[in-house]
Amino acid sequence: MVPLNWYLMLSAAVFSIGVFGFLTRRNIIIMFMSVELMLNAVNISLVAFSHYLQDLRGQVLVFFIVTVAAAEAAIGLAIIIALFRNKATAHVDDMNEMKG
Amino acid sequence: MLPKLFFGYFAFAIIVLSLLVITRRNPVHSVMWMLLLFFQIASMYLFLNAEFIAAIQVIVYAGAILVLFLFVVLLLNLREELLTNRFISAWPVGLVFAGAIFAGAVSAVAAFVPNFSGQYTVDVINRETHTKALGQALYTDFLFPFEIASLILLIAIIGAIVLAKKRMRS
Repeated sequence: MVPLNWYLMLSAAVFSIGVFGFLTRRNIIIMFMSVELMLNAVNISLVAFSHYLQDLRGQVLVFFIVTVAAAEAAIGLAIIIALFRNKATAHVDDMNEMKG
Repeated sequence: MLPKLFFGYFAFAIIVLSLLVITRRNPVHSVMWMLLLFFQIASMYLFLNAEFIAAIQVIVYAGAILVLFLFVVLLLNLREELLTNRFISAWPVGLVFAGAIFAGAVSAVAAFVPNFSGQYTVDVINRETHTKALGQALYTDFLFPFEIASLILLIAIIGAIVLAKKRMRS
């Protein structure tokens, strides 16, 4: 039997990789994929908890997270398309209009 | 022994694939590695007795969200992407920050022992089938959040259309 801690550590590792990608990549699409990576890390830990605590509430939460992730991907990619239409770049450091 | 071996394989594959996702120069390659990553995560859900979650992982994440990503990557013609730096110049700061999050989380969960046990044991789920058990929880205890989820999806549809629409010159 694999201990629950291992799953939580795997989840922490994937989450940190997502944080690193979000903070350091210049391409806005890859930053967005890092956010998806973080959501998946949380899903892993929720499913592991649900299995080990023998309760389905964690998996119901995963269901809602997947719904919100789908909505977020649609809105976020629409924002990226609108941004690219106005600026013709996908690099976040070229976007500094709101800097005072 | 065998479950630990399986877990080791999945952990290794998931970590290597997520590193590949965030380090590739070409966004199309990143999306492809992420597809593989989502399949690995789905197989790990099967390993955790969550068939329905594995199915929606493949259908929604790999089937819908990643295809959306792929469309956008191919729509925006990112030729100059292949010539410039991948990371911002201050990337060590991000590395330290992510490392601190990892160290904090690992030290927090290292001594964690689960001691609560609910009614859905593996036997109950096997007898009742996982999809039925999850559906019953979803349509009784979580009916109101379920309805709100449909509202979120409606708002996402409207928002995506409004944001991505071309402005008409009046």
